[in-house]
Amino acid sequence: MKRLLAVLLLLVAGQLQAADFDYRLAAVPVAKDVYTFIGKTEDFTTGNGGNIVNTAFIVAPQGVIVIDSGPSLRYGEQMRRAIAAVTAKPIALVINTHHHPDHFLGNQAFADVPIAALAETRDGIAADGNAFAENLYRMSGDWMKGTEVQLPGQTLSAGIVDVAGRRLRLVALDGHTGADLVVVDATSGVVFAGDLAFNGRAPTTPHADVAHWLKALDRLEGLTREAGFTVLLPGHGAPSADAGPIRQTRAWLTWLSAAMRDAAKAGLDMNEVLARPLPAEFASLPVAASEYRRSVGHLFPAAELQALGAKP
Amino acid sequence: MKYPLTIAAIALAALMPPAEAAALRESGDPLDSARWSEMQKAFLAGAPVLFDPRVKVIAPSTAENPMQVPVTVDASALPGGAEVVVFADFNPIVQVLRFFPEGAPAFLGFRVKLQQSTPVRAAVRTADGVWHVGGTWVNTVGGGCTAPSAAGGSKEWQQRLNEVSGRQWSEGPNAGRLRMRIVHPMDTGLVAGTPAFFLEEINFADAAGKRLMRVQTYEPVSENPVFTLQRTSADGPVEATGRDNNGNAFTARIDQ
Repeated sequence: MKRLLAVLLLLVAGQLQAADFDYRLAAVPVAKDVYTFIGKTEDFTTGNGGNIVNTAFIVAPQGVIVIDSGPSLRYGEQMRRAIAAVTAKPIALVINTHHHPDHFLGNQAFADVPIAALAETRDGIAADGNAFAENLYRMSGDWMKGTEVQLPGQTLSAGIVDVAGRRLRLVALDGHTGADLVVVDATSGVVFAGDLAFNGRAPTTPHADVAHWLKALDRLEGLTREAGFTVLLPGHGAPSADAGPIRQTRAWLTWLSAAMRDAAKAGLDMNEVLARPLPAEFASLPVAASEYRRSVGHLFPAAELQALGAKP
Repeated sequence: MKYPLTIAAIALAALMPPAEAAALRESGDPLDSARWSEMQKAFLAGAPVLFDPRVKVIAPSTAENPMQVPVTVDASALPGGAEVVVFADFNPIVQVLRFFPEGAPAFLGFRVKLQQSTPVRAAVRTADGVWHVGGTWVNTVGGGCTAPSAAGGSKEWQQRLNEVSGRQWSEGPNAGRLRMRIVHPMDTGLVAGTPAFFLEEINFADAAGKRLMRVQTYEPVSENPVFTLQRTSADGPVEATGRDNNGNAFTARIDQ
Protein backbone atom coordinates (compact mmCIF):
# COMPACT_ATOMS: atom_id res chain seq x y z
CA MET A 1 0.00 0.00 0.00
CA LYS A 2 2.81 2.38 0.94
CA ARG A 3 4.57 1.55 -2.28
CA LEU A 4 1.41 2.22 -4.25
CA LEU A 5 1.05 5.59 -2.54
CA ALA A 6 4.65 6.43 -3.31
CA VAL A 7 4.07 5.57 -6.96
CA LEU A 8 0.95 7.70 -7.04
CA LEU A 9 2.80 10.60 -5.45
CA LEU A 10 5.57 10.29 -7.98
CA LEU A 11 3.02 10.30 -10.77
CA VAL A 12 1.39 13.43 -9.38
CA ALA A 13 4.79 15.09 -8.93
CA GLY A 14 5.66 14.21 -12.53
CA GLN A 15 2.41 15.83 -13.69
CA LEU A 16 3.15 18.93 -11.64
CA GLN A 17 6.58 19.24 -13.11
CA ALA A 18 5.20 19.12 -16.63
CA ALA A 19 2.39 21.48 -15.71
CA ASP A 20 4.55 24.27 -14.27
CA PHE A 21 5.88 25.06 -17.76
CA ASP A 22 9.36 25.66 -16.45
CA TYR A 23 12.05 24.89 -19.03
CA ARG A 24 14.61 24.88 -16.18
CA LEU A 25 17.04 26.83 -18.32
CA ALA A 26 20.57 26.79 -16.97
CA ALA A 27 23.19 29.04 -18.55
CA VAL A 28 26.21 26.92 -19.46
CA PRO A 29 29.45 28.91 -19.88
CA VAL A 30 31.29 28.00 -23.10
CA ALA A 31 33.93 30.74 -22.99
CA LYS A 32 34.56 33.93 -21.01
CA ASP A 33 31.35 36.01 -21.15
CA VAL A 34 29.69 33.51 -23.50
CA TYR A 35 26.86 31.24 -22.35
CA THR A 36 24.46 28.77 -23.91
CA PHE A 37 21.20 27.06 -22.98
CA ILE A 38 21.39 23.50 -24.29
CA GLY A 39 18.18 21.90 -25.54
CA LYS A 40 17.35 18.22 -25.69
CA THR A 41 18.21 16.18 -28.79
CA GLU A 42 14.55 15.22 -29.27
CA ASP A 43 11.54 16.05 -31.42
CA PHE A 44 9.02 18.67 -30.29
CA THR A 45 6.75 17.14 -27.63
CA THR A 46 4.34 18.26 -24.93
CA GLY A 47 6.98 16.93 -22.48
CA ASN A 48 9.88 19.12 -23.61
CA GLY A 49 7.75 22.09 -24.68
CA GLY A 50 9.97 22.61 -27.70
CA ASN A 51 13.18 22.97 -25.71
CA ILE A 52 15.15 21.07 -28.32
CA VAL A 53 17.28 23.97 -29.44
CA ASN A 54 20.43 25.75 -28.31
CA THR A 55 20.23 29.46 -27.65
CA ALA A 56 23.10 31.63 -26.44
CA PHE A 57 24.19 35.02 -25.18
CA ILE A 58 27.34 37.10 -25.05
CA VAL A 59 27.91 39.54 -22.20
CA ALA A 60 29.44 42.46 -24.13
CA PRO A 61 30.91 45.60 -22.52
CA GLN A 62 27.73 47.67 -22.95
CA GLY A 63 25.04 45.01 -22.97
CA VAL A 64 23.97 41.48 -23.79
CA ILE A 65 23.82 40.00 -27.29
CA VAL A 66 21.25 37.18 -27.54
CA ILE A 67 21.58 34.58 -30.29
CA ASP A 68 18.23 32.90 -31.02
CA SER A 69 15.25 33.21 -28.70
CA GLY A 70 13.81 29.68 -28.44
CA PRO A 71 10.50 28.02 -29.31
CA SER A 72 7.91 30.00 -27.30
CA LEU A 73 7.04 33.15 -25.39
CA ARG A 74 7.54 31.26 -22.11
CA TYR A 75 11.00 30.17 -23.24
CA GLY A 76 11.94 33.74 -24.16
CA GLU A 77 10.72 35.05 -20.80
CA GLN A 78 12.53 32.35 -18.85
CA MET A 79 15.65 32.86 -20.94
CA ARG A 80 15.59 36.56 -20.16
CA ARG A 81 15.31 35.84 -16.44
CA ALA A 82 18.16 33.33 -16.64
CA ILE A 83 20.32 35.93 -18.40
CA ALA A 84 19.47 38.50 -15.69
CA ALA A 85 20.71 36.01 -13.10
CA VAL A 86 24.12 36.06 -14.82
CA THR A 87 24.46 39.77 -15.61
CA ALA A 88 22.69 43.01 -14.72
CA LYS A 89 23.55 44.46 -18.13
CA PRO A 90 20.62 45.28 -20.43
CA ILE A 91 19.86 43.29 -23.57
CA ALA A 92 21.45 45.15 -26.49
CA LEU A 93 20.42 42.99 -29.44
CA VAL A 94 18.65 39.72 -30.28
CA ILE A 95 19.81 37.90 -33.41
CA ASN A 96 17.73 35.20 -35.15
CA THR A 97 20.08 32.89 -37.06
CA HIS A 98 17.37 31.58 -39.42
CA HIS A 99 13.61 31.39 -39.89
CA HIS A 100 12.81 28.14 -38.07
CA PRO A 101 10.33 28.50 -35.19
CA ASP A 102 12.50 27.08 -32.38
CA HIS A 103 14.95 29.90 -33.09
CA PHE A 104 12.63 32.93 -33.14
CA LEU A 105 9.33 32.29 -31.32
CA GLY A 106 10.82 33.60 -28.05
CA ASN A 107 11.23 37.04 -29.72
CA GLN A 108 8.08 38.38 -28.01
CA ALA A 109 9.91 38.38 -24.68
CA PHE A 110 12.42 40.78 -26.25
CA ALA A 111 9.90 43.05 -27.99
CA ASP A 112 11.36 46.10 -26.18
CA VAL A 113 14.87 45.64 -27.62
CA PRO A 114 16.21 45.52 -31.19
CA ILE A 115 15.79 42.14 -32.93
CA ALA A 116 17.77 41.51 -36.10
CA ALA A 117 18.13 38.89 -38.83
CA LEU A 118 19.25 38.51 -42.43
CA ALA A 119 16.74 39.98 -44.94
CA GLU A 120 15.65 36.58 -46.22
CA THR A 121 15.17 35.32 -42.66
CA ARG A 122 12.93 38.33 -41.89
CA ASP A 123 10.92 37.60 -45.06
CA GLY A 124 10.68 33.92 -44.12
CA ILE A 125 9.41 34.71 -40.62
CA ALA A 126 6.87 37.14 -42.07
CA ALA A 127 5.65 34.56 -44.62
CA ASP A 128 5.71 31.31 -42.61
CA GLY A 129 5.92 32.39 -38.96
CA ASN A 130 2.24 31.96 -38.14
CA ALA A 131 2.00 28.54 -39.80
CA PHE A 132 5.13 27.44 -37.89
CA ALA A 133 3.65 28.70 -34.62
CA GLU A 134 0.37 26.83 -35.24
CA ASN A 135 2.32 23.66 -35.88
CA LEU A 136 4.26 24.07 -32.62
CA TYR A 137 0.99 24.57 -30.72
CA ARG A 138 -0.02 21.16 -32.07
CA MET A 139 3.26 19.50 -31.11
CA SER A 140 4.21 21.26 -27.86
CA GLY A 141 0.76 22.08 -26.48
CA ASP A 142 0.22 24.58 -23.68
CA TRP A 143 3.88 25.47 -23.40
CA MET A 144 3.14 27.70 -26.38
CA LYS A 145 0.41 29.70 -24.61
CA GLY A 146 0.41 33.34 -25.67
CA THR A 147 3.13 32.84 -28.28
CA GLU A 148 2.84 35.05 -31.36
CA VAL A 149 5.24 35.97 -34.11
CA GLN A 150 7.42 38.99 -33.33
CA LEU A 151 9.22 40.04 -36.50
CA PRO A 152 12.84 41.14 -36.33
CA GLY A 153 12.82 44.91 -36.89
CA GLN A 154 16.40 45.19 -38.13
CA THR A 155 18.16 43.69 -41.11
CA LEU A 156 21.64 42.26 -40.85
CA SER A 157 24.12 41.71 -43.64
CA ALA A 158 27.43 39.90 -43.81
CA GLY A 159 30.49 41.65 -42.43
CA ILE A 160 32.06 42.95 -39.26
CA VAL A 161 29.73 44.73 -36.84
CA ASP A 162 30.23 46.33 -33.45
CA VAL A 163 27.45 45.48 -31.02
CA ALA A 164 27.50 46.88 -27.47
CA GLY A 165 31.27 47.23 -27.65
CA ARG A 166 31.89 43.70 -28.98
CA ARG A 167 33.20 42.98 -32.46
CA LEU A 168 31.19 40.29 -34.26
CA ARG A 169 31.77 38.77 -37.68
CA LEU A 170 28.53 37.90 -39.45
CA VAL A 171 28.84 35.21 -42.12
CA ALA A 172 25.78 34.83 -44.36
CA LEU A 173 25.42 31.25 -45.62
CA ASP A 174 22.48 29.12 -46.77
CA GLY A 175 21.48 25.51 -47.32
CA HIS A 176 19.71 24.52 -44.11
CA THR A 177 17.27 27.28 -45.03
CA GLY A 178 17.41 30.04 -47.63
CA ALA A 179 19.46 32.18 -45.21
CA ASP A 180 21.61 30.83 -42.38
CA LEU A 181 23.58 33.30 -40.33
CA VAL A 182 26.80 32.26 -38.63
CA VAL A 183 28.06 34.58 -35.90
CA VAL A 184 31.76 34.57 -35.07
CA ASP A 185 32.71 36.20 -31.77
CA ALA A 186 36.34 37.18 -32.34
CA THR A 187 36.93 38.00 -28.65
CA SER A 188 36.06 34.53 -27.35
CA GLY A 189 36.70 32.50 -30.49
CA VAL A 190 33.19 31.02 -30.35
CA VAL A 191 31.48 30.21 -33.67
CA PHE A 192 27.66 30.21 -33.40
CA ALA A 193 26.78 27.86 -36.24
CA GLY A 194 22.98 27.89 -36.01
CA ASP A 195 21.38 24.88 -37.65
CA LEU A 196 24.08 24.47 -40.26
CA ALA A 197 25.63 22.10 -37.69
CA PHE A 198 23.91 19.41 -35.63
CA ASN A 199 25.76 17.45 -32.94
CA GLY A 200 24.54 14.02 -31.92
CA ARG A 201 21.14 14.55 -33.50
CA ALA A 202 19.91 13.92 -37.04
CA PRO A 203 19.65 17.17 -39.05
CA THR A 204 16.27 18.53 -40.15
CA THR A 205 15.64 19.34 -43.81
CA PRO A 206 12.22 20.99 -44.37
CA HIS A 207 13.75 23.94 -46.25
CA ALA A 208 17.09 22.41 -47.13
CA ASP A 209 19.08 22.74 -50.32
CA VAL A 210 21.57 19.97 -49.68
CA ALA A 211 24.14 21.08 -52.29
CA HIS A 212 24.18 24.59 -50.80
CA TRP A 213 24.30 23.20 -47.28
CA LEU A 214 27.38 21.09 -48.08
CA LYS A 215 29.11 24.19 -49.48
CA ALA A 216 28.16 26.12 -46.34
CA LEU A 217 29.66 23.35 -44.19
CA ASP A 218 32.98 23.75 -46.00
CA ARG A 219 32.94 27.49 -45.23
CA LEU A 220 31.98 26.73 -41.64
CA GLU A 221 34.78 24.22 -41.25
CA GLY A 222 37.16 26.89 -42.57
CA LEU A 223 36.06 29.15 -39.70
CA THR A 224 37.02 26.47 -37.18
CA ARG A 225 40.53 26.36 -38.66
CA GLU A 226 41.13 30.07 -38.18
CA ALA A 227 43.50 31.25 -35.46
CA GLY A 228 41.67 31.98 -32.23
CA PHE A 229 38.84 29.45 -32.74
CA THR A 230 37.78 27.89 -29.45
CA VAL A 231 34.23 26.49 -29.55
CA LEU A 232 31.64 25.58 -32.18
CA LEU A 233 28.08 25.95 -30.90
CA PRO A 234 25.69 23.89 -33.06
CA GLY A 235 21.98 24.73 -33.26
CA HIS A 236 21.19 21.36 -31.70
CA GLY A 237 23.42 19.17 -29.52
CA ALA A 238 26.49 19.77 -27.37
CA PRO A 239 29.10 22.49 -28.03
CA SER A 240 32.32 21.19 -29.51
CA ALA A 241 35.97 22.25 -29.40
CA ASP A 242 36.49 20.95 -32.93
CA ALA A 243 34.70 20.56 -36.26
CA GLY A 244 33.15 17.22 -35.24
CA PRO A 245 29.52 18.39 -35.56
CA ILE A 246 30.28 19.77 -39.04
CA ARG A 247 31.69 16.44 -40.14
CA GLN A 248 28.69 14.60 -38.64
CA THR A 249 26.24 16.87 -40.44
CA ARG A 250 28.16 16.52 -43.69
CA ALA A 251 28.22 12.72 -43.40
CA TRP A 252 24.44 12.58 -42.84
CA LEU A 253 23.62 14.93 -45.71
CA THR A 254 26.01 13.21 -48.12
CA TRP A 255 24.51 9.82 -47.33
CA LEU A 256 20.94 11.15 -47.42
CA SER A 257 21.20 12.82 -50.81
CA ALA A 258 22.98 9.80 -52.33
CA ALA A 259 20.31 7.51 -50.84
CA MET A 260 17.53 9.58 -52.44
CA ARG A 261 19.31 9.65 -55.80
CA ASP A 262 20.04 5.90 -55.78
CA ALA A 263 16.48 5.02 -54.72
CA ALA A 264 15.02 7.14 -57.51
CA LYS A 265 17.41 5.63 -60.05
CA ALA A 266 16.46 2.12 -58.93
CA GLY A 267 12.78 2.93 -59.57
CA LEU A 268 11.60 2.85 -55.96
CA ASP A 269 8.21 4.21 -54.98
CA MET A 270 8.19 6.70 -52.09
CA ASN A 271 6.80 4.14 -49.62
CA GLU A 272 9.64 1.78 -50.50
CA VAL A 273 12.13 4.58 -49.86
CA LEU A 274 10.49 5.25 -46.47
CA ALA A 275 10.79 1.57 -45.56
CA ARG A 276 14.54 1.37 -46.21
CA PRO A 277 16.63 0.65 -43.12
CA LEU A 278 19.12 3.26 -41.91
CA PRO A 279 22.80 2.38 -42.29
CA ALA A 280 24.42 1.19 -39.04
CA GLU A 281 26.47 4.39 -38.95
CA PHE A 282 23.30 6.47 -38.37
CA ALA A 283 20.79 4.04 -36.87
CA SER A 284 21.55 4.95 -33.25
CA LEU A 285 21.68 8.72 -33.82
CA PRO A 286 18.87 10.40 -31.83
CA VAL A 287 15.70 11.02 -33.93
CA ALA A 288 17.44 9.54 -37.00
CA ALA A 289 14.45 7.39 -37.98
CA SER A 290 11.90 10.23 -37.78
CA GLU A 291 14.16 12.77 -39.50
CA TYR A 292 14.90 10.27 -42.26
CA ARG A 293 11.17 9.81 -42.88
CA ARG A 294 10.63 13.57 -42.97
CA SER A 295 13.59 14.07 -45.25
CA VAL A 296 12.24 11.51 -47.75
CA GLY A 297 9.15 13.70 -48.05
CA HIS A 298 11.28 16.82 -48.48
CA LEU A 299 14.03 15.51 -50.77
CA PHE A 300 12.84 12.42 -52.67
CA PRO A 301 10.49 14.24 -55.10
CA ALA A 302 13.41 16.22 -56.58
CA ALA A 303 15.53 13.07 -56.95
CA GLU A 304 12.54 11.38 -58.57
CA LEU A 305 12.09 14.22 -61.09
CA GLN A 306 15.67 13.79 -62.17
CA ALA A 307 15.41 10.00 -62.48
CA LEU A 308 12.22 10.30 -64.55
CA GLY A 309 13.89 12.81 -66.85
CA ALA A 310 11.44 15.59 -66.01
CA LYS A 311 12.26 19.26 -66.12
CA PRO A 312 12.41 20.60 -62.55
CA MET B 1 -25.21 -11.16 -46.42
CA LYS B 2 -24.37 -14.77 -47.20
CA TYR B 3 -21.19 -15.73 -48.96
CA PRO B 4 -20.83 -18.22 -51.75
CA LEU B 5 -17.97 -19.70 -49.71
CA THR B 6 -17.21 -19.70 -46.04
CA ILE B 7 -14.16 -17.77 -44.90
CA ALA B 8 -12.43 -21.02 -43.97
CA ALA B 9 -13.02 -22.35 -47.46
CA ILE B 10 -11.66 -19.16 -49.02
CA ALA B 11 -8.53 -19.37 -46.87
CA LEU B 12 -8.04 -23.02 -47.75
CA ALA B 13 -8.62 -22.51 -51.46
CA ALA B 14 -6.18 -19.59 -51.53
CA LEU B 15 -3.55 -21.55 -49.60
CA MET B 16 -3.19 -18.59 -47.26
CA PRO B 17 -0.66 -18.65 -44.44
CA PRO B 18 -2.45 -19.23 -41.10
CA ALA B 19 -1.72 -15.69 -39.85
CA GLU B 20 -3.34 -14.17 -42.95
CA ALA B 21 -6.24 -16.59 -42.91
CA ALA B 22 -6.89 -15.65 -39.29
CA ALA B 23 -7.06 -11.98 -40.31
CA LEU B 24 -9.87 -12.57 -42.82
CA ARG B 25 -13.17 -11.23 -41.50
CA GLU B 26 -16.60 -10.41 -42.87
CA SER B 27 -17.60 -7.68 -40.46
CA GLY B 28 -16.17 -5.38 -37.82
CA ASP B 29 -13.99 -2.74 -39.46
CA PRO B 30 -10.38 -3.54 -38.44
CA LEU B 31 -9.62 0.21 -38.64
CA ASP B 32 -12.54 1.00 -36.34
CA SER B 33 -13.67 4.04 -38.31
CA ALA B 34 -16.94 5.80 -37.48
CA ARG B 35 -17.61 6.22 -41.19
CA TRP B 36 -17.09 2.64 -42.31
CA SER B 37 -20.77 1.81 -42.75
CA GLU B 38 -21.25 4.94 -44.89
CA MET B 39 -18.20 4.00 -46.96
CA GLN B 40 -19.55 0.51 -47.43
CA LYS B 41 -22.89 1.87 -48.63
CA ALA B 42 -21.30 4.43 -50.96
CA PHE B 43 -18.72 2.24 -52.65
CA LEU B 44 -19.59 -1.41 -52.12
CA ALA B 45 -23.39 -1.19 -52.06
CA GLY B 46 -25.06 -4.48 -51.40
CA ALA B 47 -22.11 -6.65 -52.30
CA PRO B 48 -20.39 -9.02 -49.87
CA VAL B 49 -17.30 -7.65 -48.11
CA LEU B 50 -14.27 -9.45 -46.82
CA PHE B 51 -11.50 -7.68 -44.89
CA ASP B 52 -8.54 -9.34 -46.53
CA PRO B 53 -4.83 -9.05 -45.62
CA ARG B 54 -3.94 -9.79 -49.23
CA VAL B 55 -5.09 -6.26 -50.06
CA LYS B 56 -2.15 -4.21 -48.83
CA VAL B 57 -2.41 -0.45 -48.50
CA ILE B 58 0.97 0.99 -47.64
CA ALA B 59 1.24 4.57 -46.41
CA PRO B 60 3.21 6.32 -43.67
CA SER B 61 1.41 6.23 -40.29
CA THR B 62 2.28 9.92 -39.96
CA ALA B 63 2.35 11.99 -43.12
CA GLU B 64 4.96 14.73 -43.22
CA ASN B 65 3.29 16.58 -46.08
CA PRO B 66 -0.53 16.34 -46.29
CA MET B 67 -0.37 17.54 -49.93
CA GLN B 68 1.76 14.55 -50.98
CA VAL B 69 0.98 11.44 -48.93
CA PRO B 70 2.46 8.37 -50.64
CA VAL B 71 0.05 5.45 -50.98
CA THR B 72 0.89 2.07 -52.49
CA VAL B 73 -1.89 -0.43 -53.14
CA ASP B 74 -0.64 -3.95 -53.65
CA ALA B 75 -3.32 -6.59 -54.18
CA SER B 76 -1.14 -8.72 -56.43
CA ALA B 77 -1.36 -11.63 -53.94
CA LEU B 78 -5.13 -11.78 -54.42
CA PRO B 79 -5.94 -13.58 -57.66
CA GLY B 80 -8.57 -12.24 -60.04
CA GLY B 81 -8.91 -8.62 -58.89
CA ALA B 82 -10.92 -6.85 -61.61
CA GLU B 83 -11.52 -3.43 -60.09
CA VAL B 84 -9.87 -1.55 -57.24
CA VAL B 85 -11.45 1.47 -55.57
CA VAL B 86 -9.35 3.63 -53.24
CA PHE B 87 -11.01 5.96 -50.72
CA ALA B 88 -10.20 7.91 -47.55
CA ASP B 89 -13.06 7.89 -45.00
CA PHE B 90 -12.55 11.38 -43.58
CA ASN B 91 -11.45 13.28 -46.66
CA PRO B 92 -13.83 16.03 -47.88
CA ILE B 93 -13.66 14.27 -51.26
CA VAL B 94 -13.65 10.65 -50.24
CA GLN B 95 -12.94 8.86 -53.53
CA VAL B 96 -9.26 9.00 -54.50
CA LEU B 97 -9.07 6.79 -57.56
CA ARG B 98 -10.28 3.59 -59.15
CA PHE B 99 -8.15 1.24 -61.21
CA PHE B 100 -8.78 -1.76 -63.38
CA PRO B 101 -5.77 -4.08 -63.63
CA GLU B 102 -5.99 -5.85 -66.97
CA GLY B 103 -2.61 -6.95 -68.33
CA ALA B 104 -0.76 -5.72 -65.21
CA PRO B 105 -0.89 -6.96 -61.61
CA ALA B 106 -3.13 -5.11 -59.14
CA PHE B 107 -0.33 -2.84 -57.96
CA LEU B 108 -0.40 0.96 -58.07
CA GLY B 109 1.64 3.61 -56.28
CA PHE B 110 0.50 7.26 -56.18
CA ARG B 111 0.24 10.23 -53.81
CA VAL B 112 -2.83 11.85 -52.28
CA LYS B 113 -3.91 15.05 -50.56
CA LEU B 114 -5.40 14.44 -47.12
CA GLN B 115 -7.38 17.00 -45.16
CA GLN B 116 -7.16 15.27 -41.78
CA SER B 117 -6.18 11.97 -40.18
CA THR B 118 -8.11 9.19 -41.93
CA PRO B 119 -8.17 5.56 -42.94
CA VAL B 120 -6.99 5.07 -46.52
CA ARG B 121 -8.55 1.95 -48.02
CA ALA B 122 -8.53 -0.15 -51.13
CA ALA B 123 -11.43 -2.44 -52.02
CA VAL B 124 -10.77 -5.05 -54.69
CA ARG B 125 -13.68 -6.66 -56.52
CA THR B 126 -13.08 -10.23 -57.64
CA ALA B 127 -15.08 -12.06 -60.33
CA ASP B 128 -17.37 -13.63 -57.68
CA GLY B 129 -18.59 -10.15 -56.76
CA VAL B 130 -16.88 -10.05 -53.35
CA TRP B 131 -15.10 -6.82 -52.32
CA HIS B 132 -11.80 -7.61 -50.58
CA VAL B 133 -10.91 -4.66 -48.37
CA GLY B 134 -7.57 -3.55 -46.95
CA GLY B 135 -6.46 -0.27 -45.44
CA THR B 136 -4.36 1.70 -43.03
CA TRP B 137 -4.67 4.82 -40.86
CA VAL B 138 -2.70 7.90 -41.84
CA ASN B 139 -2.23 10.63 -39.25
CA THR B 140 -1.66 14.09 -40.63
CA VAL B 141 -1.86 17.70 -39.51
CA GLY B 142 -4.07 18.13 -42.54
CA GLY B 143 -5.14 20.93 -44.80
CA GLY B 144 -4.12 19.02 -47.94
CA CYS B 145 -7.38 19.48 -49.83
CA THR B 146 -8.05 23.13 -49.08
CA ALA B 147 -4.51 24.40 -49.61
CA PRO B 148 -3.90 25.90 -53.04
CA SER B 149 -1.83 23.89 -55.52
CA ALA B 150 1.71 25.15 -56.14
CA ALA B 151 0.60 25.71 -59.74
CA GLY B 152 -1.82 28.33 -58.46
CA GLY B 153 1.18 30.52 -57.68
CA SER B 154 2.52 30.69 -61.22
CA LYS B 155 1.40 30.45 -64.82
CA GLU B 156 4.15 28.03 -65.79
CA TRP B 157 1.93 24.95 -65.55
CA GLN B 158 -0.25 26.28 -68.34
CA GLN B 159 2.60 25.78 -70.81
CA ARG B 160 3.48 22.41 -69.33
CA LEU B 161 0.01 20.99 -68.65
CA ASN B 162 -0.10 17.22 -69.20
CA GLU B 163 3.65 17.09 -69.82
CA VAL B 164 4.63 13.47 -69.15
CA SER B 165 7.97 12.08 -68.04
CA GLY B 166 8.61 8.49 -67.14
CA ARG B 167 10.75 5.41 -67.31
CA GLN B 168 10.58 1.66 -67.25
CA TRP B 169 13.04 -0.62 -65.48
CA SER B 170 13.94 -3.84 -67.29
CA GLU B 171 16.68 -5.09 -64.99
CA GLY B 172 17.48 -5.39 -61.31
CA PRO B 173 15.17 -5.94 -58.36
CA ASN B 174 12.53 -3.65 -59.87
CA ALA B 175 12.41 -5.20 -63.34
CA GLY B 176 8.99 -4.64 -64.88
CA ARG B 177 8.45 -1.40 -63.03
CA LEU B 178 7.05 1.68 -64.72
CA ARG B 179 7.02 5.13 -63.13
CA MET B 180 5.35 8.16 -64.69
CA ARG B 181 4.81 11.78 -63.73
CA ILE B 182 2.29 14.16 -65.30
CA VAL B 183 2.28 17.93 -64.86
CA HIS B 184 -1.22 18.81 -63.64
CA PRO B 185 -2.47 21.09 -60.84
CA MET B 186 -5.14 18.57 -59.73
CA ASP B 187 -7.20 21.40 -58.18
CA THR B 188 -9.86 20.06 -55.83
CA GLY B 189 -12.35 22.90 -56.26
CA LEU B 190 -12.27 23.41 -52.47
CA VAL B 191 -9.98 26.44 -52.70
CA ALA B 192 -12.03 29.63 -53.10
CA GLY B 193 -11.92 30.94 -56.66
CA THR B 194 -10.22 27.85 -58.12
CA PRO B 195 -12.57 25.42 -59.85
CA ALA B 196 -12.01 21.67 -59.73
CA PHE B 197 -9.51 20.82 -62.46
CA PHE B 198 -8.12 17.31 -62.40
CA LEU B 199 -7.06 14.31 -64.47
CA GLU B 200 -9.96 11.89 -64.89
CA GLU B 201 -8.62 8.95 -66.79
CA ILE B 202 -5.29 7.39 -67.69
CA ASN B 203 -4.82 4.24 -69.77
CA PHE B 204 -1.64 2.22 -70.04
CA ALA B 205 -1.18 -0.11 -73.02
CA ASP B 206 1.73 -2.25 -74.20
CA ALA B 207 3.43 -2.12 -77.62
CA ALA B 208 0.86 -4.56 -79.04
CA GLY B 209 -1.96 -2.27 -77.94
CA LYS B 210 -3.06 -4.58 -75.13
CA ARG B 211 -4.31 -2.61 -72.15
CA LEU B 212 -2.26 -3.03 -68.98
CA MET B 213 -4.36 -0.85 -66.71
CA ARG B 214 -7.09 1.77 -66.73
CA VAL B 215 -6.99 4.34 -63.94
CA GLN B 216 -9.81 6.76 -63.07
CA THR B 217 -8.41 9.58 -60.97
CA TYR B 218 -10.26 12.07 -58.77
CA GLU B 219 -9.53 15.39 -57.07
CA PRO B 220 -7.59 14.05 -54.03
CA VAL B 221 -4.74 12.68 -56.18
CA SER B 222 -1.75 14.97 -55.56
CA GLU B 223 -0.58 17.75 -57.83
CA ASN B 224 1.77 16.59 -60.60
CA PRO B 225 0.80 12.95 -60.03
CA VAL B 226 3.46 10.25 -59.98
CA PHE B 227 2.30 6.68 -60.64
CA THR B 228 4.18 3.44 -60.07
CA LEU B 229 3.03 0.30 -61.91
CA GLN B 230 4.52 -3.15 -61.96
CA ARG B 231 4.39 -5.20 -65.19
CA THR B 232 4.87 -8.95 -65.13
CA SER B 233 7.74 -8.38 -67.55
CA ALA B 234 9.20 -5.26 -69.10
CA ASP B 235 8.32 -5.97 -72.68
CA GLY B 236 8.72 -2.96 -74.94
CA PRO B 237 7.46 0.58 -74.59
CA VAL B 238 4.19 1.53 -72.89
CA GLU B 239 1.77 4.07 -74.26
CA ALA B 240 0.01 6.23 -71.70
CA THR B 241 -3.05 8.19 -72.77
CA GLY B 242 -5.38 10.26 -70.69
CA ARG B 243 -7.47 13.37 -70.24
CA ASP B 244 -8.63 15.78 -67.57
CA ASN B 245 -12.13 17.05 -66.71
CA ASN B 246 -11.69 19.97 -69.12
CA GLY B 247 -11.00 17.63 -72.03
CA ASN B 248 -7.25 18.25 -72.25
CA ALA B 249 -5.81 14.98 -73.57
CA PHE B 250 -2.30 13.57 -73.63
CA THR B 251 -0.49 10.66 -75.21
CA ALA B 252 3.02 9.69 -74.18
CA ARG B 253 5.38 6.83 -74.83
CA ILE B 254 7.32 5.48 -71.89
CA ASP B 255 10.51 3.73 -72.88
CA GLN B 256 12.77 1.40 -71.02
